[in-house]
Amino acid sequence: MFQNIGEIIILFWQTLRALPLAWHQRRKVVDQLFEIGNGSLMMVCILSLFIGGVLALQTGPELVKRGLSFVLGGMVGESICKELAPVLLAILIAGRSGSAMSAEIGSMRVYEEIDALRTMNIDPVSYLVLPRMLAIALALPTLVLFAIPVGWLGAAFISAINHQIAVSFNVFFQDLRDVVDAGDVANGVFKSFVFALAIGIISCHQGLITRGGPRGIGRSVTKAVVNSIVCILILDYFLTRFLIYVQK
Amino acid sequence: MNPPAQATPNVSVEVRDLHKSFHGQEVLKGINLKTAPGEIFVIMGPSGSGKSVLLKHIIGLVEPDSGEILIQGESIASPDIRDKYRMAMVFQSAALLTSLSVGENVGIYLSEHRLYPPEEIARIVAAKLEVVGLKGEEERMPNELSGGMQKRVAIARALVIDPQLILFDEPTSELDPLMAVVVGEEILRLKNFTQATSIVVTHDRALAFGIADRMAMISEGEILLVGAPEEFKDNADPRIHDFIYAELPAPHAAAKRTDPIPPKL
Repeated sequence: MFQNIGEIIILFWQTLRALPLAWHQRRKVVDQLFEIGNGSLMMVCILSLFIGGVLALQTGPELVKRGLSFVLGGMVGESICKELAPVLLAILIAGRSGSAMSAEIGSMRVYEEIDALRTMNIDPVSYLVLPRMLAIALALPTLVLFAIPVGWLGAAFISAINHQIAVSFNVFFQDLRDVVDAGDVANGVFKSFVFALAIGIISCHQGLITRGGPRGIGRSVTKAVVNSIVCILILDYFLTRFLIYVQK
Repeated sequence: MNPPAQATPNVSVEVRDLHKSFHGQEVLKGINLKTAPGEIFVIMGPSGSGKSVLLKHIIGLVEPDSGEILIQGESIASPDIRDKYRMAMVFQSAALLTSLSVGENVGIYLSEHRLYPPEEIARIVAAKLEVVGLKGEEERMPNELSGGMQKRVAIARALVIDPQLILFDEPTSELDPLMAVVVGEEILRLKNFTQATSIVVTHDRALAFGIADRMAMISEGEILLVGAPEEFKDNADPRIHDFIYAELPAPHAAAKRTDPIPPKL
């Protein structure tokens, strides 16, 4: 495990050093952006709509019982933008795009395509890892920015139509405006940026160390997704502590 | 690896006392051999004998545990020396990038190193594809090509750097006999066309005896013999004799050609 962590840190450092080559790799970045961003948009919409709905459904009736229905918008709104949107979308992207990254790079590794690049003095980090890292670091925060209002809409809709909650759109969004500010949204976007870097580097590293044919590729994909999710949840705790400290 | 140049002086390769182990198992046990500039040197041996590992040492993909590899008398342990010579490798699997078209695969070295403008790269790619008989195939994807065509694209990709040394790893594996002959002829034609030194690793006896100027036989990580192809045919070492003359037992053998070693291509 410690060897893997060390290798991931070195790979991240090598990727940072390759950043000046980003402009030359712009076509690959755009391709990856399309794959990660556009390809996930519909799924992100559905996920965030239902996250908002479920959150309203779980908390709304309890708040109403205690005569606190007026705080529903703020509570749900803040939960979505600070926690649920960045974490759940990161898990979704780890499963969807992280797995694709490790499978693609792993298959290139197994079928000697990466060796072929090396014989031509083409650095696999700048050719394969850098475009994917840039794309996911741009795509995930953008998706989160998009998912936050969709989640709010889902929560507001359920709050309005559920007879146990019956909080109107106006009341819901009035409280949300009072409680949630740009800093809260930035909080969620910042978290998602860090999660994106973690997913990208873990998935690319797992692809690069793939061994042993199709079974090895499958093993790499599983490890990439599981390790990314574990890393997201651990990072979430420390980032939350850090952001609470910074916002004091 | 340096940018392509017009002049293509070929190079000599020398391997000195090369040792390599993987997970405690010694794969190369003190390999010594030397190739002359411009020759086709075939390294022959059974599967798992360490041929491909040796080739990967020469191209710099694997670091030796001990021993050294010299090109034109200079050790390639230093990346500067390794980059001084133009070396290319044609992989067993062809190793074409499946997400790129044939043209992009062939031109990848030039485009990634930004050596020429796109129009010039397209012209060079077309010329190299013509050399391997694949003129006009730039837009096709690797998965649309046969195994033999993929190998020829890989050869065209190697030619783009105007190599002084070309390494072929099992160039006829997974090919039918007719396509294997085509690839063998291609290697011979490249020798005349580029004057580059070629090192070919194979367990295909027909290919080895068909194209080799000199040969080496490797078994269980050791070189058994280095010499002209004729020296192998008459060698009494049972490991060499058995490899070269291995045949199916009768009655199947009756259906096979009597001489397992074809005349030189």
